[in-house]
Amino acid sequence: MTIAAAHLDHYRQEFSALGPQLPGSGLTWIEKTRQGAFERFAEMGFPGPRDENWKYTRVTPIEKRAFRPMPKSCVGLVPEDLESFFFAALPCHRLVFINGQYIPQLSKLGALPGAASVCSLAKALADNSDRIEPYLARYADTGAHGFTALNTAFMGDGAFLYLPRDTVLENPVHVLFVATTQEEELFVNPRNLIVAEQGSEATVIESYVSLGGSGYFTNALTELVVGDNAGLNHYKVQQENSSAFHIATLQVQQERNSRFTSHSISFGGALARNDINAVLDAEGAQCTLNGLYMAADRQHVDYHTRIDHTKPYGTSREHYKGILSGRSRGVFNGLTHVHPGAQKTDASQSNDNLLLSRDAEVDTKPQLEIYADDVKCSHGATVGQLDDDMIFYLRARGIEAQLARGLLTYGFAQDVIDHMHLAAVRNAVEEVLLAQLPNTQTIKGLVS
Amino acid sequence: MLSIKNLHVSVEGKRILKGIDLQVMPGEVHAIMGPNGSGKSTLAHVLAGREGYEITQGEVTYQGQDLLPLAPEERAREGIFLAFQYPVEIPGVNNTYFLKAAVNAIRKHRGEPELDAMDFMQLMKAKVKLVGMNEGLLKRAVNEGFSGGEKKRNEILQMALLEPSLAILDETDSGLDIDALKMVAEGVNRLRSPERAIIVVTHYQRLLNYIIPDHVHVLAQGRVVKSGDRSLAEHLEEEGYGWIEKEAANA
Repeated sequence: MTIAAAHLDHYRQEFSALGPQLPGSGLTWIEKTRQGAFERFAEMGFPGPRDENWKYTRVTPIEKRAFRPMPKSCVGLVPEDLESFFFAALPCHRLVFINGQYIPQLSKLGALPGAASVCSLAKALADNSDRIEPYLARYADTGAHGFTALNTAFMGDGAFLYLPRDTVLENPVHVLFVATTQEEELFVNPRNLIVAEQGSEATVIESYVSLGGSGYFTNALTELVVGDNAGLNHYKVQQENSSAFHIATLQVQQERNSRFTSHSISFGGALARNDINAVLDAEGAQCTLNGLYMAADRQHVDYHTRIDHTKPYGTSREHYKGILSGRSRGVFNGLTHVHPGAQKTDASQSNDNLLLSRDAEVDTKPQLEIYADDVKCSHGATVGQLDDDMIFYLRARGIEAQLARGLLTYGFAQDVIDHMHLAAVRNAVEEVLLAQLPNTQTIKGLVS
Repeated sequence: MLSIKNLHVSVEGKRILKGIDLQVMPGEVHAIMGPNGSGKSTLAHVLAGREGYEITQGEVTYQGQDLLPLAPEERAREGIFLAFQYPVEIPGVNNTYFLKAAVNAIRKHRGEPELDAMDFMQLMKAKVKLVGMNEGLLKRAVNEGFSGGEKKRNEILQMALLEPSLAILDETDSGLDIDALKMVAEGVNRLRSPERAIIVVTHYQRLLNYIIPDHVHVLAQGRVVKSGDRSLAEHLEEEGYGWIEKEAANA
């Protein structure tokens, strides 16, 4: 909960030096927001072991580095370099950010219906900041922890998506964050804002990838507002390199009868922490949180989710699965909070973990806090290994042991992947999953 | 085909099989009967290579080679098939690609070319028809949510696809209605040939009205206490297992 003076000085210097180069500079409200956030960070510092929400996730490796939040210019990349990160057959609007900078040459924005806009946040702030002011930094709690404060202080570029009333975006928006890791102490603070007005619909994919293998720090924050009767599907695929640090918050505000679905996939990073907070702030809101995390070697992956049912007739469905091998560590903390008066809430939550090695560990804590008396809520968590009976059954049919284990691991993740409606993203996730299993080619041959 | 000599097996220090002798020749059908807890299922699992059984004495040769060092998948590829008493549900693993993996693993071992998707589907559809299985079950996860009868049909389907040399049916008839029982019997009878052998492990005589065994063995307390022909099974049906257990206890 504290910060060493030297570390604070480092970030203070960066903050004063960088100010004019950050998105929205010159806008008083933005500068005030940044300043306030920096002060919050100075008070709070980085989360420590005494902070209940960070009990199992130590961020000392981040704290002791002197990361530099300066957007780094990209080094002559061409679209071909990034092709493997584009979801091959997927027609979409694409925004590409490299080392925190928006790169129009690598991006692709198709025609949009009516007054919808899809662009970089910096551009939106420059062109029409009035449209952004009512939303930006209004939903995510800057003081939630040091990282949200830091993101807001150094708020870098990211996607801005605005859907006016009844606008339906046919093609998904793909927001791709690439880090090229030649830069020393690279630190990016992507900030995304997605606003879907009444009756609108869209699908947004955030993906985080690396070119190169050295360490850097991504500290992302996405705010998402789903208006009355609007529908938003959000995908996040994190596959940064195994030296990277990835901290992210997804803050969702749901209005009456809105539908929100999140698919969050975490494969990469030395340390990956995701906070997903959904506030079902009006009657009849529906929220689905679906997730898969996979960690190997010494990777650490942490999901903290929180669903707040504040009004009646809300529905939430949460289903997370984890596959942990090597000496990796997983943390899952899922809180469903039913506020007084949120009657007829229907909430269910589950977290299942598969440990593939003796040294892998997971701490899972599903939590229900219910302050209303007419609700239907359930939760459950499992931690287990591959089932010996299943392995024997497959082997007794001539399938060798390693392939049997691969098939069962693939099978474990299957329902989470099947829930992803976008075939292109689903296939890409499946590819990454398969690549981490033994007998990749054989399994691919069978399942395709 | 199969020769079991003085086989002793323990599970977690508890002696289950206490000196089994059994000779099975190609073309024969053997029925192994016995009361609950007599060691029938243990014998079936040991032959299929299940881990967790400690073989303390004895030997098992199959087609002239020592069977015991072989892994379960090696046994399956050499032609041993165990139809499970309780087929395992495997969420997320699709029945069709499971069957394809099994068929191709065994074909590869036999030096036959692996089947591509088209050829496999053709073969599978023919066999599915043969065992009267609902085709919809092929699209589901292995045995997941299948009824008892559907699970047993799925076992017989696998047997029909894998064409084993030695099929061991572990109480495949338990809990089946008469139609499903006949289907199991047909599946087994279709497999009968001078090159193959079949071991039917069962608690009830009923199945043996449809699969006529050449030999019947009665297992009690880990030993074969009586062997005979078909009439032994009929005798058991009339008398129950009580007299056998008494005899075993007195021996």
